[in-house]
Amino acid sequence: MGVLVRGLCHSYGRGAMARQVLQDVDLHIDPGEVVLLTGPSGCGKTTLLTLVGALRQVQQGSVRVLGQELAGAGRGSRQRLRRRIGMIFQGHNLLRCLTAEQNVQMGADLLPELGYRARRDRAREWLRAVGLGDHLGKLPHDLSGGQKQRVAIARALAAEPQLLLADEPTAALDSRSGRDVVELLRGLAREQGCAVLMVTHDPRILDVADRLLRMEDGRLFGSLAEAVG
Amino acid sequence: MVWRAWRGRRIPLAWLLLTRQPMRLAVALAGISFAGILMFMQLGFRDGLFDASVTIHRQFDADLVLMSPRTISSIGMAAFPRRRLVQAMADPAVRGITPVHWNLLLWRNPETRTTRSILTLGFEPSDPLFIDPALTRQAQVLTQRGRVLFDERSRPEFGPIAERFRAGEVVETEVAGTRVRVEGLVNLGPSFGADGNMITSRETFLELTPASSPGSIELGLIRLEPGADAAAAAERLRRLLPEDVRVFTKAGFEEFEKTYWRTSTAIGFIFTLGAAMGFIVGCVIVYQILHSDVSDHLPEYATLMAMGYPLPSLLRVVGREGLLLAVLGYLPAYAAGLGLYALVRSGTRLPVYMNLDRALVVLVMILVMCLASAALAMRRLADADPAEIF
Repeated sequence: MGVLVRGLCHSYGRGAMARQVLQDVDLHIDPGEVVLLTGPSGCGKTTLLTLVGALRQVQQGSVRVLGQELAGAGRGSRQRLRRRIGMIFQGHNLLRCLTAEQNVQMGADLLPELGYRARRDRAREWLRAVGLGDHLGKLPHDLSGGQKQRVAIARALAAEPQLLLADEPTAALDSRSGRDVVELLRGLAREQGCAVLMVTHDPRILDVADRLLRMEDGRLFGSLAEAVG
Repeated sequence: MVWRAWRGRRIPLAWLLLTRQPMRLAVALAGISFAGILMFMQLGFRDGLFDASVTIHRQFDADLVLMSPRTISSIGMAAFPRRRLVQAMADPAVRGITPVHWNLLLWRNPETRTTRSILTLGFEPSDPLFIDPALTRQAQVLTQRGRVLFDERSRPEFGPIAERFRAGEVVETEVAGTRVRVEGLVNLGPSFGADGNMITSRETFLELTPASSPGSIELGLIRLEPGADAAAAAERLRRLLPEDVRVFTKAGFEEFEKTYWRTSTAIGFIFTLGAAMGFIVGCVIVYQILHSDVSDHLPEYATLMAMGYPLPSLLRVVGREGLLLAVLGYLPAYAAGLGLYALVRSGTRLPVYMNLDRALVVLVMILVMCLASAALAMRRLADADPAEIF
């Protein structure tokens, strides 16, 4: 389980115009492990995230996520796999017409076994966990950037993911709430055996990682120290 | 089952997408209602006009009707032998008969001296002719020669007959070159084929139309015993009578006339085209609204796809939006239709009423309009790429 990537290459465009963004990437993340990925912008971090998140077709190499091989996987099976992957986007991507509670419930609604009330209670629980217990009925329009980001995090967590992918989750948060959110993510990883892959530039949260990875020009380096050294 | 469905219910995304943008919803509903009202009006006018073609037909006191097979409509009535109607008396279910002469004659307006075609019915004044008993009572004045009953709802081009008669004047004019006197007023109403109506005795009728033979009539009314099966009696008469006469039930008689106007005039086409225009305008409006709604929310749809919502579930959201718009837009259209029909009835005397058939036809048209537009707007969803949102 977890994530196992072997020999992953990816390029955009075709023929002479092709631009390689990932070169022979190897990566593994165990369940319950928190891995942080840093690197300059445009180095391929986001592409790696979309490939591991089953949002993009794998071109070359092997990507096994939660026990499923993604190389050659069709649209339908990738979509089903995505139900088990929580995603936190750089832009919060909330649904504007839904309240905070309803947005989080859109995540909980993916759990097939639970009744409506159970899913709603779960949504409320997660909003309280990210410190928004008093803002259940507010529309995204009425929330601050940080609050919106926390709603998005609650939404990702409400679907009980086994793998969590996050792109700069703390970028819009002040240092204290950023810290809280990251602690929350790590707690979830430990508690539910959820693997976490987080892209970040935030130096204040690097210490929560079990492992630090650095990416440069489409290549992945084992640790920050190694890359710098 | 119900409990499971209730327990498994989701956030009503389609409803919230619509209602959280009240301006857009208002525009959409106004457009759909407008299209619905247009369809209601056009179809209402069409059916009302066809109904108006049988204003006279409806009022005859008859269960079955005999006409010549050469008759094509109320403006082209051919004659058939009067004895066919007498032969019909042989059937045990037949209670009574009324032979009726029917022709369009030229009426001279006593004020302007211009002539105009008027529908003239001739019958034996002692026979029942119309369902309305008031007409039967008045018929006795016709036993005198040269006397007629004039339809007070005839168009004004025939002259101020009713006004002058009520004022106590002796109203006399010329019909087909012969002098007649108006001896009473009846209330029948103009129809498609006739701008005005006049009733007279058989004797006077034959005087007005010297060419017609006394042994032939244009219309034979047959009344059946109470409780008799009209369709079965009609079938028996068809077997009994020779080919030179056709047997209709009263409903069939009205339908025959309506079919003439429906098939040999452009009325049906014009108003159906009007309704189709409403349909197309509605389609364009709903498509515009749904297409821009989907476009505006494309990143949100992509987010839902990234979360693992399958594409068909998102297509259903758009479909449900279409369904909601249809239902919400239909209700005001129906209410406005009721009001406008009342307005048309009082303004034009056209018998336009809301009936279940038309209410359903318009509902189905609006549903098709909204769902087809939703289906077209769904194609926009194919542009939602979850890989682009990180």
